[in-house]
Amino acid sequence: MKANIYVSPKKTVLDPQGATIRAALAGLGFGGVETVRQGKYFQILLSSNLTPAQAREQVERIAREVLTNPVIEEFTFQIEE
Amino acid sequence: MKFGVVVFPGSNCDHDAYCAAEIMGQEAQFLWHESRDLQGSDVVILPGGFSYGDYLRTGAIARFAPILSSIKEFASRGGLVIGICNGFQILLEAGLLPGAMLRNRNLKFICRQVNIRVENAFTSFTNACSERQVLQVPIAHAEGNYFADPDTLIGLENSGQIVFRYCTPSGEITPEANPNGSLNNIAGIMSRKGNVLGMMPHPERACNPLLGSSDGRLIFASLIRAISLMGASKPELIKAR
Repeated sequence: MKANIYVSPKKTVLDPQGATIRAALAGLGFGGVETVRQGKYFQILLSSNLTPAQAREQVERIAREVLTNPVIEEFTFQIEE
Repeated sequence: MKFGVVVFPGSNCDHDAYCAAEIMGQEAQFLWHESRDLQGSDVVILPGGFSYGDYLRTGAIARFAPILSSIKEFASRGGLVIGICNGFQILLEAGLLPGAMLRNRNLKFICRQVNIRVENAFTSFTNACSERQVLQVPIAHAEGNYFADPDTLIGLENSGQIVFRYCTPSGEITPEANPNGSLNNIAGIMSRKGNVLGMMPHPERACNPLLGSSDGRLIFASLIRAISLMGASKPELIKAR
């Protein structure tokens, strides 16, 4: 099983990297870009011994307790069979 | 008294902190990150650097180091802990101080002398300073843009937990004097109990006039005084007076 975890800055948090990318895109003529938010993407390969429920529980804990800082970031994840 | 300086893989201000303690005429010792023994330190310093390469987030891996569990226990008993730069980032990740660090507003690593104003001189870290005194101390970081949610920020402001703010040479708090975009020009905060301080500027790099400033000595002098007062508050010593 493979887990895809996406971490992004909370909407209430200023994202200076995203803002800089947006400004660069505008300079390149991509005038239709309103906002850019830069985050992180993790791929985790899980042991096939885990049940789907165990996998979800572990991935959720990994994302919440290690991969994100809850003060400034939020996450979503998907698990592929 | 003994200063314990924590060493992580990637720490690079550990020797500066050790040297600063010696300049102040005190004993210093290194504390390895894999150990749980604080070796009887009176003050624990989490130094600057790039602990564990700053992978994932600054301080995100360091907070799981064995020495951190001993430091949390030490802090819960009222032990004095100071985190400088990467040390501040580690204290935030470990939950010993509130808030988080974002990339600097201009996305650059900034290494230069800044001015900070002492916002609270009644602390174990600033008692040798006068209220609103301006100190010249260097910063050297890419992630020093302090962030906290509005409620946390109000709490810090109202309880005197903001210890240092970036300011102009004459002590004014202006947007121009803010090098990294920190909320409310925050350069350093302490815990509610007042025994854990995090600051982005490097007092240990400002302990010798040869390096451009010796204002950082005031932070170490404050700690030395705080420890001696803690000793003096023991009932038998008060009686002896």
